[in-house]
Amino acid sequence: MITVQHISKRYGNHTALHDVTFHVNKGEILAFLGPNGAGKTTTMRILACVMPPSEGVAVVAGFACLEQPMEVKRRLGYLPETPPLYQELTVDEYLTFVGRVKGLTPQRVVSRKAAVMDQVGLGDVQRRVIGHLSRGYRQRVGLAQALIHDPPVLILDEPTVGLDPKQIMAIRKLIKSLATSHTIILSTHVLSEATAVCDRVVIIHQGRIVAEDAPEQLSARLQQAETMSLTVKQPTPDWQERLKTLPGVLNVFPGSTPHTCTIDCHPQQDLRDALSWFVVSQGYGLLELKSLSLSLEDVFLQLTQQDETSGLDALDHPDPSSSPPLRQREQTSA
Amino acid sequence: MTPFHAMLAKELRCVCVSPVVYVVGAIFLFVSGLIAYLMVANAGQQAVRLLQIQNTYAQLNLNALVFRPMFYSLEFVLMFLLPVLTMRLLAEERKLLTFELLLTSPIGINEIISAKYMSVLLIYLGLLSLTALTPLLLSFSSSFHWGGITAGYMALALQGGLFLACGVLASAMTDNQVVAAFLSFGIILVIGLIGELGALLGDTTIGHVLSYVSFREHYDRLVRGLVEARDVVYYLSGIVLMLFTAHRVVDAHRWQ
Repeated sequence: MITVQHISKRYGNHTALHDVTFHVNKGEILAFLGPNGAGKTTTMRILACVMPPSEGVAVVAGFACLEQPMEVKRRLGYLPETPPLYQELTVDEYLTFVGRVKGLTPQRVVSRKAAVMDQVGLGDVQRRVIGHLSRGYRQRVGLAQALIHDPPVLILDEPTVGLDPKQIMAIRKLIKSLATSHTIILSTHVLSEATAVCDRVVIIHQGRIVAEDAPEQLSARLQQAETMSLTVKQPTPDWQERLKTLPGVLNVFPGSTPHTCTIDCHPQQDLRDALSWFVVSQGYGLLELKSLSLSLEDVFLQLTQQDETSGLDALDHPDPSSSPPLRQREQTSA
Repeated sequence: MTPFHAMLAKELRCVCVSPVVYVVGAIFLFVSGLIAYLMVANAGQQAVRLLQIQNTYAQLNLNALVFRPMFYSLEFVLMFLLPVLTMRLLAEERKLLTFELLLTSPIGINEIISAKYMSVLLIYLGLLSLTALTPLLLSFSSSFHWGGITAGYMALALQGGLFLACGVLASAMTDNQVVAAFLSFGIILVIGLIGELGALLGDTTIGHVLSYVSFREHYDRLVRGLVEARDVVYYLSGIVLMLFTAHRVVDAHRWQ
């Protein structure tokens, strides 16, 4: 549905995007992750035909953005980072205007307006002037304008910014429900949002794609060792040294208290049984033993904090023996 | 309803809820009324003087004594007021980032610019038509040439149309409304002063070109009642050129 091939964007001497290539299938939700200034918004603006790329081809719904921008625009709903709202119009007037500018017939505008106001929860403010609305409502009006012409492709730049937790849940649910009939690209700073909503994640850093995969796959690929967290009741001074002697244990790191530690194990081995048996047999008193995995936050931080080439190397050549101790997080069963 | 009509309707709606148009309209109507009063009072004084000298009621030429000076004064007023009317058109869209909505909608930049221009032109023509109250009221008490007045109003309409097009161009160049207003005032002033330079150079090729580029002589001819195709063509081509340049400026911004 969306194909981006070797897109670059230069502003004078500054290169905002460097040879970006990715593909989004029909009905898929793709998340763009990246620090500020990484090139997320630039990519989205190119796809939405706001600006042309310096090099490369972007194809949306079968039409090239550069050659047939009008066809692309008819099939695309775009929510920029700041919702494009006319403060002096009422919600109803604004959505009527957007619907007509998008080329809908007057009858269709009326029916679509009612549908999107219902979808994003704007029914009670439809006669109010947009300038008087709260930030959350404005964000929802912005989302409504992207949906009004029922486009097959949606590009949403940080759609949940400024919303309260309840609204965020509602918008995420809405985005998920739209995915069956729409292809969606969204950018976000909230990593849990990408995990909760998206099928696939593209991490952009300094204008390049540094990783692209499903959220779970990304953490699995970057995980260079199986990691366990262990808490015991009665540790001896040398208990962590003795754990290191177990076959399959690569390294042991002290925890926040003398009772806990983090153990790196060989990736292909499940050592939970051996570890628990050892702790019990030595009389340390087993309190807790759990497997840890990388969260998307860790993946994100690892990829964007390291030099980008070493980040790519880490993806291509996982080398357990030279792995730096990563920030680990508890595996949560969603 | 096409996207152009939707755009035009939205622009008129936004203008109607903005205080700017009411301030501009009130000042324009008040000043034009005041100018008309001063001209009529002046003509009255001249009539009294003639009566004292010749002891007869002289037939005054109202076209020369009232309307022509009024049209010249109004041109000056438009130079200051119309940039205020056009300053927000594109500058505000860019400032509030609503221009992205238009750029991602299936509406061409030419439709956006022509709808915006049309909206301010309609408002201006509406205001201008209200000043027709002066000749209408005067027609009850005295007789004058309606042809000259029609030509004068045509001159004001075309002149205002050109000033508004300059304003649209200025508004496309910046996202600051105050800068847009001054820029538009500057463009209008320069086009006007070029005519003085042309007059100074006299009967040379450059002199003729500069005089033609400036609206001075074209406006002058129309106000004097000489309606010629070349003057109308000058104004229409000037408007198209300004709007086309505005289109190029907006398009160029997309590449930056």
